[in-house]
Amino acid sequence: MTDASQDRPGAIHARPVPHPWRWVALALIAVIVAMVVSSFVTNPRWDFPFALQVMNFNPVLNGLVRGTILGTLGAMVLGVGLGVVVGIMRLSTNPVLRGVAFVYTWFFRAIPRYVLLVILGTGLGYLYSKFDIGVPFGQQLSHLFGLSSDLTFFSLDVNQFSSTLLMGIIGLGLSEAAYMAEIARAGILSVDQGQVEAAQALGMSSAKTMRRVVLPQAMRVIVPPTGNETIAMVKDTSLLIAIPVNAELFYQASTIGSRTLKIMPTYVAATAWYLIVCSVLMVGQYYLERRFGRGFGTGSTAKQGALRARLLSFQGLGGGGK
Amino acid sequence: MSDRHPALVHAVNVTKAFHGNEVLKGIDMDVDKSEVVCLLGPSGSGKTTFLRCINQLESIDGGRIWVDGELMGYSDRDGHLHHLTDKQIAAQRREIGMVFQRWNLFPHMTALENIMEAPIQVNGEKKSEVKARALELLEQVGLKDKPSAYPAQLSGGQQQRVAIARALAMKPKLMLFDEPTSALDPELVGEVLKVMRQLAQDGMTMIVVTHEMSFAREVADRVVFMDGGVVVEQGPPSEVITNPQHERTRTFLRRMRQEEHA
Ligand SMILES: Nc1ncnc2c1ncn2[C@@H]1O[C@H](COP(=O)(O)OP(=O)(O)OP(=O)(O)O)[C@@H](O)[C@H]1O
Ligand SMILES: [Mg+2]
Repeated sequence: MTDASQDRPGAIHARPVPHPWRWVALALIAVIVAMVVSSFVTNPRWDFPFALQVMNFNPVLNGLVRGTILGTLGAMVLGVGLGVVVGIMRLSTNPVLRGVAFVYTWFFRAIPRYVLLVILGTGLGYLYSKFDIGVPFGQQLSHLFGLSSDLTFFSLDVNQFSSTLLMGIIGLGLSEAAYMAEIARAGILSVDQGQVEAAQALGMSSAKTMRRVVLPQAMRVIVPPTGNETIAMVKDTSLLIAIPVNAELFYQASTIGSRTLKIMPTYVAATAWYLIVCSVLMVGQYYLERRFGRGFGTGSTAKQGALRARLLSFQGLGGGGK
Repeated sequence: MSDRHPALVHAVNVTKAFHGNEVLKGIDMDVDKSEVVCLLGPSGSGKTTFLRCINQLESIDGGRIWVDGELMGYSDRDGHLHHLTDKQIAAQRREIGMVFQRWNLFPHMTALENIMEAPIQVNGEKKSEVKARALELLEQVGLKDKPSAYPAQLSGGQQQRVAIARALAMKPKLMLFDEPTSALDPELVGEVLKVMRQLAQDGMTMIVVTHEMSFAREVADRVVFMDGGVVVEQGPPSEVITNPQHERTRTFLRRMRQEEHA
């Protein structure tokens, strides 16, 4: 009997599979990195100290905070909010809402953001110098009935408003909403129909079912591509110059470049800021994904879920191609 | 309604077709208060569809269903039927609890949150009161140590018991069960049936679609056998299961017995 227990296989001490190509690749990369670093150090035109200075110039910081960060934030808030509404409309049983949502998505996905911003910034003020909110056809009606008021409650000077950051945010947000609508729609469709039925069987209204049951679960699918969208938006704020909004990171950096003739360091400064902002966003995305992965398995399975959702987001749900 | 029918569920000549395929061909069924009715029948006979019609997850094409004297889905004004609004339909559903084959718990909420959701969100009840009741319900279904577990951390049998507690939290007059144990591993069936048995003893009115013959025999006051969208025969379990009158019922029961012994 003792023999038998000694014959049974024990702990495993196996040799790893050799991976010679990994070492070759590592060596190759080491050489390339060394070359790049040496060029950084030996070529004075890089001028990293100056790039660091540019990063901290007030106009650049102002452009970063207002154009890039505030612009991204505003455009994404508008884009996600409006996008979810349009996405829900797309799935409505009401054919009018469905149609409106379809046309919206069709139009704003087709129009390039740069073109949209130019139109909003320049073209709109040319067409309508004043923007009135009031009774539809109020001016005509008041003329018809001989009223003294023209039935306008609120009036806005478009020419003053059109070249502001707000107009840029509206433009980017409107465009973003079209992409977010598709993402939200995919997220909503990913929720099991049984969830809706369970909520309805409990007597929940359709609005409540959407808000309490469907959307929180759809978020698992919505968050990863929304992260992509947000990062894309950080970069698209450089289009704000089309409005034109001057308080914008890249415009400010390159202005300094053309004034000082140290072009590349200013580009490096802008790039560094974009990298930093996007890194912070990626950390935020990680925590959001964890928050909305609640209840979907524990530990490794939750990670797999997030990974699946991320893969899904690469398979075209993320809009992309802008 | 002055000529209110005494039964809690009063269904008359209910018909339903999917794309021209007639699934319910004139179902009549009355269920009294505190009565437990088991619905038996072969696959595709329309049992699930009939249950879903009762709480309007499906609309019906013909006939009428009253629950506790209220016409489901329509209001009858000056001789014409008018569709109810979504809100009114939601209000009618509050009185009816439903338990699904695949339990359908909300995966992003804990067991306790699942149970508390509807009383708070739908009835607007106070959170502290609902919580006390939800904890009692968890104890009633034998899960008092699992309030903060997410559905994914519970076994199928545990999830189904939470689902029953969730339905009970709305204090329904009627409970509908659609094959509550058929998605469960055999060793988990007993714990769910036990909860249902207790519920029946406490006087809940229940309509249960099931293939569990022993449950039907023991707990049901009445067994209804459906086939091809019609009620073939019904009566106390001792008669229908032990001594069926119709050939179709006999064939079905013979097959069930063979499966049980296989
Ligand atoms: N939403 C639907 N669309 C089209 N056909 C449907 C739909 N729901 C059910 N049916 C059809 O209606 C018939 C009855 O289905 P039902 O689910 O009510 O049967 P069942 O008695 O519950 O069967 P089982 O024991 O398999 O659950 C089936 O032929 C089914 O294919
Ligand atoms: Mg069924």
